[in-house]
Amino acid sequence: MTLSPTIDRAAIAPTGFDAEPGSVGERLAGLGVSRRGFLRFCTTLASSLALEAGMGPQLAHALTTARPSIVYMSFQECTGCLESLVNSYGVTIETLILQAFSIDYLETLQAAAGARAEAAREAAMAANAGKYVLVVDGSIPKNANSGFFVSAGESAVERLKHAADRAAFVVAVGTCAAYGGLAHARPNPTGAVAVSDILPNKTVINVPGCPPIAEVVTGVLAYWLAKKTLPALDSLKRPTLYYGHTVHSECYREETFEDGPRTKSFGDARARAGHCLFDLGCKGPVTHNACSTLRWNQGTSFPIQSGHGCIGCAEPDFWDMGGLYARLPPGSFDD
Amino acid sequence: MAARTLVIDPVTRIEGHLRIQADTVANGDGSVTISRASSSSTMVRGIEIIMKGRDPREAWAFAQRICGVCTVVHGVTSVRAVEDAFGIVVPQNAEMIRNLMIGSQYLHDHVMHFYLLHALDWVDVVAALSADPAKTSALQKSISSTANNSAAYFASVKTRLSDFVASGQLGIFAKGYWGHPAYELSPEQNLLMMAHYFECLAWARGIVKLHTIFGGKDPHPNVVVGGMPCAISSQGGGTGHIETGTAVNGTSLAAVGKLIDEMRRFVDEVYLPDMILLAQVYTAAGKAGRTDWSKIGEGVGNYLCYGEFPATAIRDPSSYLIPRGVVLGRDLSKVHPIDVSAPGEFQEFVAHAWYDYKTATKTTGLHPWSGETSLNYTGPAPGYTVLPDHAESYSWIKSPRWKGKAMEVGPLAHVVVMYASGHAATRTLVQQAFAAIGWPLDAGLTRIHSTLGRNLARAIESKVIGDAMVGWYQRLLANIAKGDVSVFNGAKWDPATWPAHAKGFGFTEAPRGALGHWIVVDAKKITNYQCVVASQWNAGPRDTAGVEGPYEAGLRGHRVAKFDQPIEVLRTIHSFDPCIGCAVHLTDPDGEASVVVEMAQL
Repeated sequence: MTLSPTIDRAAIAPTGFDAEPGSVGERLAGLGVSRRGFLRFCTTLASSLALEAGMGPQLAHALTTARPSIVYMSFQECTGCLESLVNSYGVTIETLILQAFSIDYLETLQAAAGARAEAAREAAMAANAGKYVLVVDGSIPKNANSGFFVSAGESAVERLKHAADRAAFVVAVGTCAAYGGLAHARPNPTGAVAVSDILPNKTVINVPGCPPIAEVVTGVLAYWLAKKTLPALDSLKRPTLYYGHTVHSECYREETFEDGPRTKSFGDARARAGHCLFDLGCKGPVTHNACSTLRWNQGTSFPIQSGHGCIGCAEPDFWDMGGLYARLPPGSFDD
Repeated sequence: MAARTLVIDPVTRIEGHLRIQADTVANGDGSVTISRASSSSTMVRGIEIIMKGRDPREAWAFAQRICGVCTVVHGVTSVRAVEDAFGIVVPQNAEMIRNLMIGSQYLHDHVMHFYLLHALDWVDVVAALSADPAKTSALQKSISSTANNSAAYFASVKTRLSDFVASGQLGIFAKGYWGHPAYELSPEQNLLMMAHYFECLAWARGIVKLHTIFGGKDPHPNVVVGGMPCAISSQGGGTGHIETGTAVNGTSLAAVGKLIDEMRRFVDEVYLPDMILLAQVYTAAGKAGRTDWSKIGEGVGNYLCYGEFPATAIRDPSSYLIPRGVVLGRDLSKVHPIDVSAPGEFQEFVAHAWYDYKTATKTTGLHPWSGETSLNYTGPAPGYTVLPDHAESYSWIKSPRWKGKAMEVGPLAHVVVMYASGHAATRTLVQQAFAAIGWPLDAGLTRIHSTLGRNLARAIESKVIGDAMVGWYQRLLANIAKGDVSVFNGAKWDPATWPAHAKGFGFTEAPRGALGHWIVVDAKKITNYQCVVASQWNAGPRDTAGVEGPYEAGLRGHRVAKFDQPIEVLRTIHSFDPCIGCAVHLTDPDGEASVVVEMAQL
């Protein structure tokens, strides 16, 4: 799945432009894509990821150089994060992830298995030491000898530390990697912790959500690709670009939160009219995520739009917030 | 030559963390034959433990995170368990919406499984680079009416592949088994399959929107005890940025119809024809003296289905598209009834799993309503190469049994039980496919009990279910047209309405097979929650009696031509579509050092 996007060649003047050998830019140029067409492509890309428009030319520059290496590792997880990422919408985003980077380890999709897969990872980490991006999903059982996670005969702690050692930085994708998530929920039978708990001295950027919105993951990577630096992070190591607002503050149902009437039952007339779901336990007011702005699956909908309250899945310990259907207590949020 | 232990850890192109370890016997020609295999899951989260003490209405959200690939089915299974416990009947619209969500999950997962997770076991990417696009175009036109069939189209795919290889950054295709003698497809057949590998990505991104419309997002769409949360809009509404109403309105329902058409188009024009072509080639290889993949990889020959897709209501099993029942020992003349509540029928064993039973001995089987999840890791400290797997426990998967028997679940079980039950469309499709492939149509469908048969069954049921989706969709629209917009029954929403003690069984017949949740509720809280999931049936370790699970049984007798490139093992394991988050790693037995899977350099 690492090949080219579909390019509308007829719409682009076949003049070509210069790009480093092996880069996306070179392949697009080889396909007859003009410099102007390529820039337009990159600007659209930035826009679809909710990045500033000025980042288009920077992305264009990044896409004309050799692809940075990504090592993607999974621990106590459900593959929902990757499933979300694979469904990231638009050829531009697929291009970004699959063309802009070289994904050198990704158990779910790579051809090689077993020792050969591990050898590919070691080779990529050695060849790109200090430069590769380590993407992690899933929580980590803190006790390395517990047996709660072993892969290729190695514990999660050992695998994570070894892979992070030479990484440029680490992206903890999903609430499990960012905060411990489901396995960390009470009573945390396996002693699961977040990636940053195992790597206190490493730059870790958290991209929470159960799963995260695909375009948020790809947006963070695109930002780094274009700017060669990470976006601004809050105290929970989340990019404020996507997690700066609550789901509630941008929600189209916010008016009926203030003025009522709110929905009292999933089936009622207010539910059908799209009234506020706060009384049915919606955690939108305390949940920082881009669901009500970016929305899901090419902007199709988001949980509240489809009638269910926000379950708070991008927040630490959301599984233990007092119940999915329990109303948030007064004073527990700013409004 | 001494026996050697073959190890594949991690098994890639699956969901989750699976290790396969196998004892082999040397054949004298450099190849080995597997004499005994063990299937191990090496990751556990303890979700059943985490669910205890919680509100049963929120169990679905926890259960759903068992697996992000099977995303909708664990959610639906959980709400059905609670609905069964409290006697909640959901509105028919909710049944139809659940059918549509589960149906789209089937088509999405089966297509994605074949192209992304399994195809590279059969398709040689490098060989595709020497294909003639004009001949590929002629091949495509001979097997399907799909629109992407021109020589120019296949030339563009070939160029993309060539450019990618020329970049030297091979990413996920690095170190594959390219050039292995087990690959049988012609260059043109390889190129055709690779074109569809890429086509299915865009297709999948589109069709998941059915989940987003009804469930708000994908993966992990929302469901609710009592029906569905997706109220049908009374004003405005629709998808995208709306000001009033809800996602489900006339416009988005029309879009759902187009999504169903698009799902079915890909299955009819691409997936099913490709599967028949693949089966033709890998069966013909047998006639040329090489391995006939319709003759190996059977598993255990017993099949279990809970049933799925009610035409009317989940409480009426007679209305299911996939019937409930068991076929034993390949005998398609009889479908045996099952009783999910009978302690003697459904039991989980932990004799070779890293669990203990506190209320029973480790050798006992427990019915899920009285089941336990007590983690007890007794394996070696990490840093091992060979996992002791004889007398020892060697997996985080329990071993479920029906009347003491190991059962295969999943698409092959579905098609076998549908065929045995006389489902007309399934019988016709099986007969047509067997004729096209050249398999003899005997009463027991001998060739379907195989690695290739399991794949063919997956494609056939995709068509059966895709076609049935049209009916559920029309039923939903007809109800709404009559003014019935009910999607939720809130009569038992309030915990005050619940009995002091209740227990329930919830199920879906998931894309990967029979999925059951057994719940016990006391004083409004979950006191026991046991999931017996599809891949547990298939990937589980030996039971107390030493009986293998289907993966283990399916691998026995496999000839591995190149010890360091066990593509044969991957073919059969991947044919089951492992989903180990739901349930689990291949290795090398005693004696020599463990060998890890080696793949030829791309």
